[in-house]
Amino acid sequence: MNIFQLDGEDIPFRAGQTVMQAATRHGVYIPHLCWHPDFAAHGSCKLCTVKVNGRFGSACTLEAQPGMNVENRTTELDDKRRTMLQMFFVEGNHFCPSCEKSGNCALQATAYELKMMSPHFDMFYPDRPVDASHPDVLLDFNRCIMCSLCVTASREVDGKHVFAMGGRGILGRRIHINSESGKLADTDFALTDRAASICPVGVILEKRRGFAVPIGERKYDKSPISAQVKEKAP
Amino acid sequence: MTFELETASAPETLRRVAIDPVSRVEGHGKVTILLDDSNRVHQVRLHIVEFRGFEKFIQGRPYWEVPVMVQRLCGICPVSHHLAASKALDMMLGVRQLTPTAEKIRRLMHYGQILQSHALHFFHLASPDLLFGFGSDLAQRNIVGVAAAHPEIARKGVLLRKFGQEVIRMTAGKRVHGTGSVPGGVNKSLAPEERAALLKDIYQMVAWSRDAVGMVRQLFEQNLAEYNAFGRFRAAGMCLVRSDGAMDLYHGGLRARDVEGKTLFDHFDYGRYWDVIAEDVKPWSYMKFPFFKSLGPEGGSYRVGPLTRVTQCDSIPTPLADHEREEFMAYDGGSVTGATLGYHWARMIEMLHAAENIKDLLHDDDISGHDLMATGTRQERGVGVIEAPRGTLIHHYRVDENDLVIRANLIVSTTHNNQAMNTAVREVAKQYLDGVEITEGLLNHIEIAIRAFDPCLSCATHALGQMPLEVAIVGADGTVIDAATRDHRGLVREIQKIRAIT
Ligand code: SF4
Ligand code: FES
Repeated sequence: MNIFQLDGEDIPFRAGQTVMQAATRHGVYIPHLCWHPDFAAHGSCKLCTVKVNGRFGSACTLEAQPGMNVENRTTELDDKRRTMLQMFFVEGNHFCPSCEKSGNCALQATAYELKMMSPHFDMFYPDRPVDASHPDVLLDFNRCIMCSLCVTASREVDGKHVFAMGGRGILGRRIHINSESGKLADTDFALTDRAASICPVGVILEKRRGFAVPIGERKYDKSPISAQVKEKAP
Repeated sequence: MTFELETASAPETLRRVAIDPVSRVEGHGKVTILLDDSNRVHQVRLHIVEFRGFEKFIQGRPYWEVPVMVQRLCGICPVSHHLAASKALDMMLGVRQLTPTAEKIRRLMHYGQILQSHALHFFHLASPDLLFGFGSDLAQRNIVGVAAAHPEIARKGVLLRKFGQEVIRMTAGKRVHGTGSVPGGVNKSLAPEERAALLKDIYQMVAWSRDAVGMVRQLFEQNLAEYNAFGRFRAAGMCLVRSDGAMDLYHGGLRARDVEGKTLFDHFDYGRYWDVIAEDVKPWSYMKFPFFKSLGPEGGSYRVGPLTRVTQCDSIPTPLADHEREEFMAYDGGSVTGATLGYHWARMIEMLHAAENIKDLLHDDDISGHDLMATGTRQERGVGVIEAPRGTLIHHYRVDENDLVIRANLIVSTTHNNQAMNTAVREVAKQYLDGVEITEGLLNHIEIAIRAFDPCLSCATHALGQMPLEVAIVGADGTVIDAATRDHRGLVREIQKIRAIT
């Protein structure tokens, strides 16, 4: 059996698995946002940055090797992750108290996990209009963290190519909708698509549901995100 | 962008505060006293900047987010906005009747809010003035002073408020920024153990609320002439009443009476409130001045809130509060019903009413029911009106076919009371302005007059003697004769004489 060390703990892995895959399967949480177990790693958010034999690397793209010594939840790394999270918060418009995704949001849960107490930096307040054209789904781009999961899910699972990432720079880069009007209503997107339920934050939302599930009874209200990885491990 | 935080030790624990339309700066109450040629008080202008741009936040947002989002507009009575927005959106969804569980849970939440808000106002903010007298030592005149001199009263105040907050937490899901009320119903009912926990304490709350009414009454007995004269003026009024004319703080039709007590409209469907009230704009104020259309902008201003509700309803549908209402109406030949400080008495009667209502609802099995949502045929617009702790609160939305709010109009209680507060301050200024100089005494009396209305202004959430105030006296020729600012330490910081009057 292949083994590597993660914060001093033995993590078994199969050849070809990434550090993230092996750790998650073993019930150990490595903070991440753009990685999803169902899809190939995108490697863009850098929140999963770990230190391998003294060098930085992304746990979601790094192939596990026998004998690796990986640092994960060290003060140094978590401090950096917290700063990255703060940047995510100020780059978009994230107002948790009135956001319907609150309690089900990976960004919020990760911020709690890493004990982020404030956004620290100046807010950008980008102007990102919502797309409410679709009868069943609302897109609130204010909260997009550019993880690309919707792009991948629509392309690979739904076979539809509804979403694409485009533009440059912090304020220019955004998700585009593949239709002439640029509106979701003019695509063949459906509520049943895998992409409709993939967004880790509150961008892609089923309409008219809002606060049907009370705060306090939501996914991350029950236990912290790290504990959920542990609970789910086989 | 600034970077000096980067040089602080442990900068990650510090937060940059961006002053933008989303974070509201705590305001000063700003008052201008205009004198006439013979240096008598001619007019008073209370400048309020706090309600700008509410509607803009909401435009373009999905409607189901609105009841939660509007709570951010005002930290002082978020639950009232939560409920008024929900009611407006019920109407937009075509829901004419909520399920019994939803209606009762919402009422429970509302009475919890009335209880905690009235308790906070009376015990923390108003009782110090009343218990120690308007002229007493400022250092003593706060809740700490009350706790020292009357520990029992202060304790009851704290516990009443806490109980109200518990009711809110259990019905809304959280103590602040709750999400319990949703367009078309609620998202939770009360669990048996929550009900049991509240039932254990409610009888005590009813008893203490009764004591509080007795306490205000006693204060009036001791200071009747002073209380009755303070900032007194005749006012028209508006409130919701139930179909039988009884008090109903959650739902009903609009009733309005003019200064003579003559009915202007009654059981009016609030879904068309714009047929009976309009809003006037004045160049010196950001806040609008609502008025009864039938009387016009000049003579049509009115008052809302506890005093109006208690005096305009035909009865209160809970026995203890109704008994207190009768006593209040009859007291000294009804003289208190027209006194600005009568607000305090009326407020405590309502607190008792809220406590009694909570007690009744806690015995009703519907509050633990599971049928939470109702549906209907979608409309383009919705209006929701509720009697918030401070008075009538109107929310009005238009929602487009994509579910986004395209227009919003909110009239908050303090806006309805705008003219009335100006008038009360004018009356107080007439009574207490001695010469053309601003004194500490004048500031304090202005403050007591503003506070009687319990306005949802951040300046009014300070203890007495600490309300941040800016007062200017302006002569008939437009020059500032005297100006004073007082900060949180309760001091008159500067009195600048711009021009001495000869
Ligand atoms: S919309 Fe959601 S899933 Fe798509 S890139 Fe943005 S955050 Fe990721
Ligand atoms: S999770 Fe690895 S880079 Fe985003």
